[in-house]
Amino acid sequence: MSMFSKANKEALINPLNLNNPVVVQVLGICSALAVTAKLEPAIVMGLSVTIITAFSNLIISLIRNSIPNRIRIIVQLVVVAALVTIVSQVLKAFAYDVSVQLSVYVGLIITNCILMGRLEAFAMMNKPWPSFLDGIGNGIGYALILIIVGFFRELLGSGTLLNFQVIPDWCYEHGYVNNGMMTMPAMSLIIVGCVIWAHRAYNKDLQ
Amino acid sequence: MNSLRKFFDKIKPNFEEGGKLHAFRSLYDGFETFAFVPNTTAGRAGTHVHDAIDSKRIMSLVVIALVPALLFGMYNVGYQNALAAGQLENASFWGMFWFGFLAVLPKIIVSYVVGLGIEFTVAQWKNEEIHEGFLVSGIIIPMIVPVNTPLWMLAIATAFAVIFAKEIFGGTGMNIFNVALITRAFLFFSYPSSMTGDDTVWVAQHTICGLGFNVPDTFSAATPLGEIAAGATALSSSFCDQVCGFIPGSIGETSVIAIALGAILLLWTGVASWKTMLSVFVGGALTAWLYNALGLSPLDACQHIVLGGFCFGAVFMATDPVTSARTEGGKWVYGFMIGFVAVTVRVLNPGYPEGMMLAILLMNLFAPLIDYCFVSRNISKRAKRATKN
Repeated sequence: MSMFSKANKEALINPLNLNNPVVVQVLGICSALAVTAKLEPAIVMGLSVTIITAFSNLIISLIRNSIPNRIRIIVQLVVVAALVTIVSQVLKAFAYDVSVQLSVYVGLIITNCILMGRLEAFAMMNKPWPSFLDGIGNGIGYALILIIVGFFRELLGSGTLLNFQVIPDWCYEHGYVNNGMMTMPAMSLIIVGCVIWAHRAYNKDLQ
Repeated sequence: MNSLRKFFDKIKPNFEEGGKLHAFRSLYDGFETFAFVPNTTAGRAGTHVHDAIDSKRIMSLVVIALVPALLFGMYNVGYQNALAAGQLENASFWGMFWFGFLAVLPKIIVSYVVGLGIEFTVAQWKNEEIHEGFLVSGIIIPMIVPVNTPLWMLAIATAFAVIFAKEIFGGTGMNIFNVALITRAFLFFSYPSSMTGDDTVWVAQHTICGLGFNVPDTFSAATPLGEIAAGATALSSSFCDQVCGFIPGSIGETSVIAIALGAILLLWTGVASWKTMLSVFVGGALTAWLYNALGLSPLDACQHIVLGGFCFGAVFMATDPVTSARTEGGKWVYGFMIGFVAVTVRVLNPGYPEGMMLAILLMNLFAPLIDYCFVSRNISKRAKRATKN
């Protein structure tokens, strides 16, 4: 079986669109609301989840045949927790400001439904390479939605993108005001709803 | 009336199949059925007649009931402007009224154009009849915002409310929340500085078409509830002014007398439920009395009811037949809880001087639950009665 056979490609591509973890399976909504007030933490969060999903999928898939079925959740949790701790420490060392903005939500990746879902549904019954691709696909699918939501929330809520001001000063001088509700979690739920709306309107077979 | 009928008949062919304005047929239908009772009757199957008048007639009654409060609101806008400029003795009644009229009219137009525009687009797109619900929301929206709200904010908020509070639930009659209040809530949370913020929003500051007076931009006048929230123990306005409505506040909410005129019309025609209305006042008064007796609030029950949006909300929004409880017993609970929550928010939450909007929205959410409890109680009561005999 080649490295990029049809099945492997699907494991990578499907979660980006037709099987997106956020807008189709509606998993991981909680962190999508919490970290998307700005674009930068959204990107970092998306990357962290991608890395953790990919490697936890890989590790669990490697040892899947030796995990006793009755304690598999605990084993999965240990692997995820170890990876989360590593990522969290790396962030603190090299991107301290962002890790402060993300605060507890990096640690809470361990409770992200996407992770446990992929481990249970995919890594436990597939070989390491497809599991790795599946992890990357789901992580990027999650990151995509976070970036879309973060883009609109930062643009409309703060008038900036990646902390660069994009709405020109003359708009503010003529009475434009940033939308304060965009910086509240309530609005990101509505934006996720709009993304789901657009996505299903485009993909009729999901309706 | 006759000339209006003739006008409608004259332009009708343009909108029929093959006419040059066929694309706008829903627009024509909407206005024709609003002005005149439609000439068609319901089909033979699956229709249940509740009442002799249809919902468009109910809507137009509510709009008429809102007119006194709206006209007074316009006058008060001019009055507050003259008062702030210290030119009250130089201002004439009509001068103040026309100033207020010109200040409020753009808001009414924006609210209707945006709201009806979305409604008509959706109706046209789905090939449905025009929904008439926005006729009332569209006039309420300008009445529950401060006079200095920028028009673009009003447009965005109206669009948001019509799409997210109404159309995605299925349009008129399907909404869970009161559309006008969602508009206000959106403004309130999105642009707090333009809605209450620093108290510079309640009085119009610039002349319009040569009418009115210029007041410095930094002029601030707090609403009575704002004064209390800022820590004052006594109000700067007299109780008589508060009842008549000569106080700063959202455009339509200030005058209890004008709102009472509307309330009489609504109750007399049976459009609004007297149970809901009464229980809002009872709930608010009892709660306010309790907080006053406990020393938590310097305002007594009368003042709590007279001030802010309490009366306006109780008369025109709590009684909204779509979003309120529909069971007869449920109406008492629903209304009482609105009064209770509104006064509680005012007294206990220093961040929100006014709690009526949040109270009604919260109870909108609970209305189906209240109804469910009353309906299942009735069912079990009847079941018991049936098994006993």
